[in-house]
Amino acid sequence: MGTGSLLEEAFDAGEIGHPEVVVARTPWQLFWRRLKKDRFALASLGFIVLLILVAITAPLLVKALGLPAPNKLDTNALDEAGLPAGPSGSHPLGVDSLGRDVLARTIYGSRVALVVAFASTLIATVLGVSLGVLAGYYRGWVDTVVSRLLIDVLLSFPILMLAIGLSSACSFGDGCAGGLIQPGITTVIAVIALVTWTYPARLIRGQVLSMREKDFVDSARSIGASNFRIITRELLPNLVVPTIVYATLIIPSNVLFEAALSFLGVGVSPSTPSWGAMIGDAVNTFDTAWWYLLAPGLALVMTVLAFNLLGDGLSDALNPRSDD
Amino acid sequence: MARYIARRLLWVAVLLFLVSLVTFVIFYVFPTADPAQLRAGRHASPAQVEQIRHRMGLDKPLLVQFGNYLRDIFTKGDFGYSYVNEQPVKELILARVPATISVAVGASILWLFFGVLVGVISAVRRRSKLDRTAMGLALVGISAPEYWLGLVALYLFADDIGLIPLFGSANSYVPITSDPFQWFNSLILPWSVLAISFAAFYSRLLRGNLLEVMGEDYIRTARAKGLTERRVVLKHGLRSALTPIVTVFGMDLGLLLGGAVLIEVVFNIPGVGRQAYDAILRADLPMIQGTVLLGAFFIIFANLVVDIVYAFLDPRVRYE
Repeated sequence: MGTGSLLEEAFDAGEIGHPEVVVARTPWQLFWRRLKKDRFALASLGFIVLLILVAITAPLLVKALGLPAPNKLDTNALDEAGLPAGPSGSHPLGVDSLGRDVLARTIYGSRVALVVAFASTLIATVLGVSLGVLAGYYRGWVDTVVSRLLIDVLLSFPILMLAIGLSSACSFGDGCAGGLIQPGITTVIAVIALVTWTYPARLIRGQVLSMREKDFVDSARSIGASNFRIITRELLPNLVVPTIVYATLIIPSNVLFEAALSFLGVGVSPSTPSWGAMIGDAVNTFDTAWWYLLAPGLALVMTVLAFNLLGDGLSDALNPRSDD
Repeated sequence: MARYIARRLLWVAVLLFLVSLVTFVIFYVFPTADPAQLRAGRHASPAQVEQIRHRMGLDKPLLVQFGNYLRDIFTKGDFGYSYVNEQPVKELILARVPATISVAVGASILWLFFGVLVGVISAVRRRSKLDRTAMGLALVGISAPEYWLGLVALYLFADDIGLIPLFGSANSYVPITSDPFQWFNSLILPWSVLAISFAAFYSRLLRGNLLEVMGEDYIRTARAKGLTERRVVLKHGLRSALTPIVTVFGMDLGLLLGGAVLIEVVFNIPGVGRQAYDAILRADLPMIQGTVLLGAFFIIFANLVVDIVYAFLDPRVRYE
């Protein structure tokens, strides 16, 4: 035990494997160890957690800050010409052209941003992973249908225009697909999911194409495992970490997507506070009412930046060879 | 090579067909709203709606409608008529193309130049303060929505409302043929804003590519021959690091030529993107459909060009 304690400590801290029993680290442990070293990614994770709390507690938070409700019109805050007032005691970030409190709307805006981004990313990921696995595993005509007929065709469209066309086509009458997709937030979620699932699908397909040739898949097949079993027990567990990484990388672009649709007026309904819609409203008054442009814009940039930094950190942790 | 191009052309034909089919489904089958009713407007009588339905051929079976729609597009180049002013969609769109080309081409020159410049410098000075700062700013550039950057740019620099009035404002676009100077001045801000968003992405992409390439054996060989570092990077490294950029560039340009919706809306430039936006506000479905379809055609064409250029650059592609 001459060299003892330091080494012992290192063992206990799990920094090196114990000499007698070499415990292999699971991919999860390796992943987390690498991620822990990325300060920006961790700070971003902190910011995102905070943002989620803000979104959940928005009504309480707005009340605690002594702000009016997001849709309350305060006509006293408009001057004689109908121009909104700037930051003041009762409205720390000013009001918009209808007299609604900008800070309260920015706080509530986190709800739409996060709900749409998470929901659309979840749908896009489930759809993308399922189709990607099927295409990569079965190849042949399944792959042709998924890669050529679905992905290539979808990628031939100007995505934003397709999305605004779809959202507007779904905003008339009873919505889309026989009323399954109603105008408003479900349209936005469905449209964004529909145009973004190709990204995880292509990546997962590539992974499965190379994974299906590996020994562990061969050995599963040699003991008579069914295709279903190979996919669910051998392939999918190995795809969990990359899937989380890809999903994290799509979230920021979906936040921007919702904001862009709402900015153009084909997103969530106008009374729902959304950062993109707020920026869209600001177009007419931003030359004087700069606060109305600044608050939702900064909220949007910071949120997207946080998700991008976290996504970068996660993909670096997944691919340690990327030498940045 | 001829076989490769023939195969690609065949696939383009299939894609055009499929894209038209999807567009038809989205705008005629998918919505529960009735196109005849939309066309007729809110105050039309049921008889008027029926008359319009008959005139538009909407009372025929869907398959016949789709056949007519394909025939009109591909044999007559007829994309239908705007609900708003009954003008042919194709002519309305073509009138807007020059403005969109002005936006796309000017911006693409800027972003290609700055994206490559920053990417190379960042890769060569890897992990330096300069690299970290540039890549940090690039990530902010990617995270900021371009329409917001556009409004901020107008607030700061537009010559009517800006704090520092330097460049043309929103609404100041004129065709190059009527006043080249004002044309240029009005496009400085939209070009810059678009270029920031794209250059941010390109610089990160190029930096990654270049770093990867610089680890290859042939770069070591070039260094071992005693070439200067400058020559190794610019002549040997950059050449292969740029190839993926060419692909992305072709596709981005194709996308933008179909209309830069957000930028055209913010700066009020009368391009195809602005037209699509106006069509949406007026529920003018044939117009939206026309812009989507034309945008898709641009992308498919850009892809074709990129693929053929690529096949010339890299013979392996042809035999895949």
